[in-house]
Amino acid sequence: MNNMSNQDRYRNTAAIQASLRKRYARERRFQWYGRIAVLGSFVFLAILLLDIVGKGLPAFSQYFIQVPIEMDADRLGVGPDPTEDELFGANYLAVIKASLRELFPDVEGRKEKRLLYEMISLRAEYTLRDRVLENPGLIGTTTEFWLLAHAEAGSYLKGQVDTALPEADRRVKDLQVQWLERLRAEGRAEERFNATFFTQGDSREPEMAGIKAALYGSFFTLLVTFLLAFPIGVFSAVYLEEFAPRNRVTDLIEININNLAAVPSIVFGLLGLAVFINFFELPRSAPLVGGIVLSLMTLPTIIITSRAAIQAVSPSIREAALGVGASRLQTVFHHVLPVAMPGILTGAIIGMAQALGETAPLLMIGMVAFIVDVPGGVTDPSTVLPVQIFLWADSPERGFTEKTSAAIMVLMGFLIVMNAVAIYLRRRFELK
Amino acid sequence: MTGTGESTPVSPARATAGSVEEAATARDHGLNVRDHTETGDYKTVGKPFVENAKMAARNVNVYYGDKQAILNVSLDIGANEVIAMIGPSGCGKSTFLRTLNRMNDIIPICRVEGDISLDGEDIYGSGQDTVLLRARVGMVFQKPNPFPKSIYENVAYGPRIHGLAHNKAEMDEIVENSLRRASLFDEVKDQLDKPGTGLSGGQQQRLCIARAIAVSPEVILMDEPCSALDPIATARIEELIDELRANYTIAIVTHSMQQAARVSQRTAYFHLGKLIEVGATKTVFTTPRHELTENYITGRFG
Repeated sequence: MNNMSNQDRYRNTAAIQASLRKRYARERRFQWYGRIAVLGSFVFLAILLLDIVGKGLPAFSQYFIQVPIEMDADRLGVGPDPTEDELFGANYLAVIKASLRELFPDVEGRKEKRLLYEMISLRAEYTLRDRVLENPGLIGTTTEFWLLAHAEAGSYLKGQVDTALPEADRRVKDLQVQWLERLRAEGRAEERFNATFFTQGDSREPEMAGIKAALYGSFFTLLVTFLLAFPIGVFSAVYLEEFAPRNRVTDLIEININNLAAVPSIVFGLLGLAVFINFFELPRSAPLVGGIVLSLMTLPTIIITSRAAIQAVSPSIREAALGVGASRLQTVFHHVLPVAMPGILTGAIIGMAQALGETAPLLMIGMVAFIVDVPGGVTDPSTVLPVQIFLWADSPERGFTEKTSAAIMVLMGFLIVMNAVAIYLRRRFELK
Repeated sequence: MTGTGESTPVSPARATAGSVEEAATARDHGLNVRDHTETGDYKTVGKPFVENAKMAARNVNVYYGDKQAILNVSLDIGANEVIAMIGPSGCGKSTFLRTLNRMNDIIPICRVEGDISLDGEDIYGSGQDTVLLRARVGMVFQKPNPFPKSIYENVAYGPRIHGLAHNKAEMDEIVENSLRRASLFDEVKDQLDKPGTGLSGGQQQRLCIARAIAVSPEVILMDEPCSALDPIATARIEELIDELRANYTIAIVTHSMQQAARVSQRTAYFHLGKLIEVGATKTVFTTPRHELTENYITGRFG
């Protein structure tokens, strides 16, 4: 009797041991699949980031060229005691051209001279004008000024131009190459941080184009979206979870909300066009309309995630509150919502991040126009970051390639800041 | 222990569409829902009624959807006494307790019939304010459930929403008194702003008791308050109940007969939704008059 049971026991243990080997092998394989998947995604992420940052980083610097400017009153076209208006309308371009000719006296011929002038950005005019308005005493003097280089010249100085190509195939001609090298050798070419990128709106010239207008536009649009979608979404979720009776009507509402979350975003754009712009005649291209459209799009996401967060609050907290004599509204606002807040905020961030990157519905309501001025409020025409990226990606000038990547970096930075704010808010609620 | 692990044995013939959901809703609140529907009257043995009752229940029937959980219960709760409600799992004692402060209102499928009055006023009458009722009839739950706020806030919340304190000094006084009465103040007086959820189980339950008495209720309902606690914490709370008796009326549901014997003056025995016997605690435990009571007390079941 004893022998048999021992044998049985041994057989069992051996069987278990054999199966153990297989089980551990399977688990190890599974872990490796996981590691490979995570590694793979990191590799792709790294490639993406390196590509974007590599392309975009040069956009954050720009080249300036130092030119001795002779502020000749005659050439400027101003009298001995000029008024501010006269100074404003003076001919700074002529002064720049003359000073460039002074710097390169051997340049002759109209074509070559034009190549010479093309090395300096059109912006230089405005720089000089602003300086003279500040200090009219500059007239009659010859002072060294740092002028913004043209995008192509700057691109060459950054090393982005392949001089091995035949001249006809590139924008920077051999003569310009010579001149730029000479300027560089003389220490007249300097690389500086590209503040223009953050202080100017869009422009036809790449070196003058900035992201400020799109940044403000995105900010205002998201502000409207948040102010509309968050309260309406959260309170709808509260009502549906805590107060609404369970009947067919509320079931229908729930089904509709879930379906709305899956509607393609461009449909919301069409809705915005037809209802808000055509029927209500709200201003086209304004962050107000963009915000309303995006908030409609974000509402289902916020409602669904908020409902889940509220459902997850344990009934014991509600009972405790009711037991002490809190009304239903007090129970919800003093006890349920604070506990559900981390989940609600997560949902809100997901919704906002979606809204930040949306392009299609905004194109429908007209935010694709070439907007140069920085919007001052929610009714000014504006564009948003994704649309700006889209427009720049379309442009043929080389200078816009790096700006597109730089704008993508700014967009991601915006997202990171939003996420950081949300995480901070979550922490504060969780600690309480 | 009600609500955990024990399933709801509804006979298949009675199962209706949605009954799983109904059972689930009740289970969320820790209630073991059993169906005791049957015809036939019964008579409660002993003395269910007293002079000058604080709360009076007459012919109370409670239904969860189609299932009947309480059958025709009539019981008085005397002023300044501790009445214990005992019985096997699922006999309806928790359900009955919750009818006394209309806690069952939050379960949509629950239906209460009959008359329950506080100081002679029907608490289920139309126009009755449940908020006011629950301020007068407080509740301590089986599993300690302090608010996820500071200890001070836990106790101060009730008085604050009912406007019982007009300035910080008054509120501080209320909080301190409640914590003292719940015999918790000395342990937490230096950490009043720490979260209430950071205390031990016994301390949390005392905090819940402090929270309940901070609103100065007239009646305190306790639903198995010690079932989640260790014996030492249990002993302290039983001491507390005895001290509280001077100022409050207390109804306590308990699974432990020893506890009922220790803390209560009257005991009510429930069985399958019916109130079988009520009487002075000593009498019920030494000379029970009903056979079912005797079986339960001597441990033949339950």
